[in-house]
Amino acid sequence: MTIDDPPERSTRRDLERYAGLFSARTRVMTSSATRDLMAMSDRPEVISFAGGLPDTSSFPPETFASMTARIADESCARALQYGPTEGLAETKGCIVDVMAAEQMAVDPDDVLVTTGGQQVLDLVTKTLIDPGDTIVAEAPSYPGALNAFQAYQANVVQIDMDSDGMRVDLLEETLDRLERDGKRPKFVYTVPSFQNPGGVTLSLPRRKRLVEVARERELLVLEDNPYGLLRYEGDALPTLYSLDGGVYVMYLGTFSKIFSPGLRLGWVVAPPPVLARINLGKQQADLCTSTLSQILVHAYFEHHDWREYVGALTELYRARRDTMLDALAEHFPPQAEWTRPGGGLFIWATLPDFIDTSDLLAAALRDNVAFVPGEGAFLDGRGRSSMRLNFSGADEAQIREGIRRIGEVVKEQVALYGTLTGESAPVPRGTEGAAGDAADGRDEGGRVVELPRRAERERRARRS
Amino acid sequence: MSRVAVLAGGSSFERQVSLRSGARVEDALERLGHDVVAIDAGQDLIRRLRDERLDAAFVAMHGRDGEDGTIQELLEILGLPYTGSGVPACVRAMDKVLTKHLLLEHDVPTPEFFAFNQTAFRELGAADALPAIEERLAFPIVVKPSSQGSALGIKFARTAADVPGALVAAFSYDAKVLLERFVDGRDLAVSVLDGPDGPVALPVVEAIPAGDVYDFQARYEIGQTEFACPADLPAGVTERAQQLALRTYELLGCYGFGRIDLMLDATGELYVLEANPIPGLTETSLLPQAAEEAGIGFDELVARILASAFDRRP
Repeated sequence: MTIDDPPERSTRRDLERYAGLFSARTRVMTSSATRDLMAMSDRPEVISFAGGLPDTSSFPPETFASMTARIADESCARALQYGPTEGLAETKGCIVDVMAAEQMAVDPDDVLVTTGGQQVLDLVTKTLIDPGDTIVAEAPSYPGALNAFQAYQANVVQIDMDSDGMRVDLLEETLDRLERDGKRPKFVYTVPSFQNPGGVTLSLPRRKRLVEVARERELLVLEDNPYGLLRYEGDALPTLYSLDGGVYVMYLGTFSKIFSPGLRLGWVVAPPPVLARINLGKQQADLCTSTLSQILVHAYFEHHDWREYVGALTELYRARRDTMLDALAEHFPPQAEWTRPGGGLFIWATLPDFIDTSDLLAAALRDNVAFVPGEGAFLDGRGRSSMRLNFSGADEAQIREGIRRIGEVVKEQVALYGTLTGESAPVPRGTEGAAGDAADGRDEGGRVVELPRRAERERRARRS
Repeated sequence: MSRVAVLAGGSSFERQVSLRSGARVEDALERLGHDVVAIDAGQDLIRRLRDERLDAAFVAMHGRDGEDGTIQELLEILGLPYTGSGVPACVRAMDKVLTKHLLLEHDVPTPEFFAFNQTAFRELGAADALPAIEERLAFPIVVKPSSQGSALGIKFARTAADVPGALVAAFSYDAKVLLERFVDGRDLAVSVLDGPDGPVALPVVEAIPAGDVYDFQARYEIGQTEFACPADLPAGVTERAQQLALRTYELLGCYGFGRIDLMLDATGELYVLEANPIPGLTETSLLPQAAEEAGIGFDELVARILASAFDRRP
């Protein structure tokens, strides 16, 4: 065969031609039944609470036009050129501003600008993890992070959460157990504020303790904080990074939720020796982050009030969160429980054990409504009765209607189960046994994120 | 050379698998020199089928609409030659309960089962019959929706406490579900291909799951399940499996191609589980593997299936 005689046209569709060439690493990158179901939620007629989409329609097009005109006028050649791997100085200046808004002082030299926050997960894992190394994460955890960890063949251990975030006491027990087994985790991955998918926030005492644990054990922590500025109530808590001063805590930030995910602009802050390695990994991956995106962010920060836009998003999402919480209280059966996030984009709802949310999704899709089944947020088969609900990407009328539809399907399944077992509906898990605070979930077995009692009481008060 | 529409996608839960089957068929048809029109079955289906001046339609859809006779009914109305089984066979094969009754009536072994609509539980107190059913079938019991094509919604109830939850899950996919005796054994698939002399059974494929249960994911993913083709079976078992598959294919009235799934238990007994009128044609699917083993490459397989569309048995 010569070059003039090319082989038959092959497309990526002819997978079997290449199947033998794939690395073992890609074996974990499989599709799944749930993913095939999720693909159905893209249809326009479906009200989807499945994505994690910010509402970019609220960004003023005229602002965007003036930014791009300014770039064309003032820095066209530069915007079209390669840039330094660590990122442009002016973009780092914007990052310093964003971090200052959450009371963090950061040296621009400790910052590396990345192609979205997701690249930070990839680069940190690439830098720190050999196959079989251990990463500690929350249960449930952001599925996109779990995918990145698995791609590097990490062993992921997940720590239960309650309404105060990760159970740091369980973390310590787990670290002890791992140590006895001769395993030292490379890092702890956490989304402390308005966790994805749990919607809960790590309490201040636990933040302090987590930072102490990291120091005592010389353990790195990757703090993923995409939503910290999207706070709908209460006072901001100090980030792990500010409590630790950047010795053991690496910080992941992103412009995706405060400005635009389409720009693909995130950053990592890490101790200099770690950052130098991450920088090497970044060079191998993509040389540098999009210069155009970086200059665009800078133009935006320089000439517009980014805080005002975040304020507008906060108002918009707070109303949507409240609408979803009200709709849940109205339409979900008493056996369901859910978190009440003080910010961020997600509510985590847990249904009775006998409901499998992947199967429920099939039924919900018939009614043109979608959510993310909980199983993807765990690596050990838990989460099958939970779901993640996004409230930022749908308007209030859609939220009311969508939650009503899911509630109908859930109620049908609860009623059917009652008929099948010949019993009345099971006792809600949030109310069984004696009263106690949320922290004593020690003996609660399969229970994952606990519903804050306050919300439960409010909900019942509203019913009565 | 013909102008052929490849129908794929649609809105069934097997849409993604269907798109992969369809893409692969498109490639093969193009290599065979046909003029190919890819159609993702949606609102404009009929209009496109009319406007494209087609000679035939290759149906590469799985599950609801594509495999249950709906698309076939529409193609009959349009008078367009199409691949695979006709309306009655699709209606029978897609409904596991109908299939199993038909098999039992003709002494084809299939695991014992009981099937119910939701109304039986909601309005007729069928739950009171569950203990008797459980005693009759013995645990573990397989609970599945009657019409779901893939393994979606199939649950294994290991104890009586698992049964209600498994039923709730199965009812998520269909208004009719069945409780079936679990056959512990080997998972076999026999593909059938029509030819000039009628249907022929292809070599038996055994699916050997890597994990506990042969689940939906494993079915379509490289590396999740090992396939042995031809299956390493005792003398006579292969022949018997092929006979049962052909008998099932004929009883249902299938045409063109199809795949029959069977279980082989420890005593050497074979049971027919279900028939698939449009089995997967993806790179990991069983029919293409079996055809390959029989010396029929994918392009030839597609060519033969297309040829059968023009030569449909009455």
